[in-house]
Amino acid sequence: MSDKKARPNRSFDKSLWVFHVNTGSCNGCDIEILAALTPRYDVERFGIKLVGSPRHADALLVTGPVSREMVDKLKRFYEQVPDPKVVIVVGSCGISGGVFHESYDLVGPVDRIIPVDVYVPGCPPRPEAIIDGVVKAWMKLERLRGENK
Amino acid sequence: MVDNLIHLIEIIIGTILVGAFGILFGLLTKGIDRKLAAHMQWRIGPPIIQPFRDVKKLFCKENIVPRNAVTWLYNSAPIICLASTIAVLLYIPLGSIPPVLGGYGDVILILYLLTIPSLAMVAGGFASGSPFATVGAQREMVLMMSYEFPLATTVIALGWKISTLHPGSVAFSLSTFARYPVWNIMGPFGIIGAAILLVVMLLVTTGEITKVPFDIAEAETEIAEGLFVEYSGKNLGLFYLADAVKTVVMASLIVALFFPYNLSTYLASHISLPTIAWQTVDFLFYLFKIEIVIFFAMTFIRVSVARFKVDQVVRVYWGYLTLAALIALLLIALDVLL
Ligand code: SF4
Repeated sequence: MSDKKARPNRSFDKSLWVFHVNTGSCNGCDIEILAALTPRYDVERFGIKLVGSPRHADALLVTGPVSREMVDKLKRFYEQVPDPKVVIVVGSCGISGGVFHESYDLVGPVDRIIPVDVYVPGCPPRPEAIIDGVVKAWMKLERLRGENK
Repeated sequence: MVDNLIHLIEIIIGTILVGAFGILFGLLTKGIDRKLAAHMQWRIGPPIIQPFRDVKKLFCKENIVPRNAVTWLYNSAPIICLASTIAVLLYIPLGSIPPVLGGYGDVILILYLLTIPSLAMVAGGFASGSPFATVGAQREMVLMMSYEFPLATTVIALGWKISTLHPGSVAFSLSTFARYPVWNIMGPFGIIGAAILLVVMLLVTTGEITKVPFDIAEAETEIAEGLFVEYSGKNLGLFYLADAVKTVVMASLIVALFFPYNLSTYLASHISLPTIAWQTVDFLFYLFKIEIVIFFAMTFIRVSVARFKVDQVVRVYWGYLTLAALIALLLIALDVLL
């Protein structure tokens, strides 16, 4: 991200396209993410949009504790997102293993595999918490902008 | 010689202006569309300038070219797509302002030019070397073949009616359509026919700008954005712009064919304003008409229904809409005979 070309500009904060990766979660967090898109929370009013391809994304939203099968896929997803990018982990199991922490099939947590910028704890976190996580990601992007100037 | 040169410079300046107008107004239209759609779903929705921010962001992102892509084709497809879309706009009158390339082409040319952006998208999809994009490209071709026939029928029915009534006029030029508005020259049968054609044309527009329910080529839930799956950064931004301009083009085409009315023709005798002021008024009125057409062809349909399957799309276009267009053609023919 130190590349001068890949500096996030101001529009970045107002238009964050999100790609959602499920690395073996129980689906609880995924439903909370969808809840953030419903009319009640309506994150589209901040320009946040779910996209269907990692190539279009600015932020990678990862849920789940990363099972063995998902390790290389998660890495590839991360590499496919064009710079500048942020990674947000949603849910306790992505942060520490959560309820799955004793599982034999667990390679994660997520930050052992790809660099993570923002953690949103909770099992599952409320949509408000997820929106707060995105705000933290904006602050991170702002810092990046400052560093590169 | 000098005249030719001046004419050329005029065309170049006109092209730049029309291109800038198409892009800016297209993005604004996209913003209005998203806002209206959000309100129809009881949401607040993004601010109207959101598409501008999206594009600005896309242009600062990294531009990834996949390893197994055909690089030159992959990179040129978005440019061709945007350029050809703007080229179509050069043949369509904007309000009472005559088109930049008015004397050089008619509706038939526009019909042909309209296929180029889709073909560029197909080429880009195949060139990106991803299975999702290939599926998307094939679906786009299916879609293109499906809506082409009802579209052609619509234009031909209207053009034929005008040419039988006014044999001396240039049948398919858009200025003829503007001189004899469709609704004024039709008898009772013809009006029903023209109304059917208008509905057909609105649905063809939805397919042409690949919006729900006809967005099988970009279905993000099934084939991960289809055609555009590998595109990122600047290239994706160009496609975004092309999509915005295409919306304006299709809406302008409907306005030019069906609603070529200008306020100045009716009010100029009552209110005296300088020509330039009337042109501004007409232009604003034209923008208003475009927004209304887009609301019905895009926003309203997009919010109310879900996506069709591939075979259903073909059935809608080749079956129902073609049938409707042919019935309308018969009605108009009846109108001419009686
Ligand atoms: S954090 Fe809890 S709710 Fe979320 S995916 Fe993990 S186990 Fe499920």
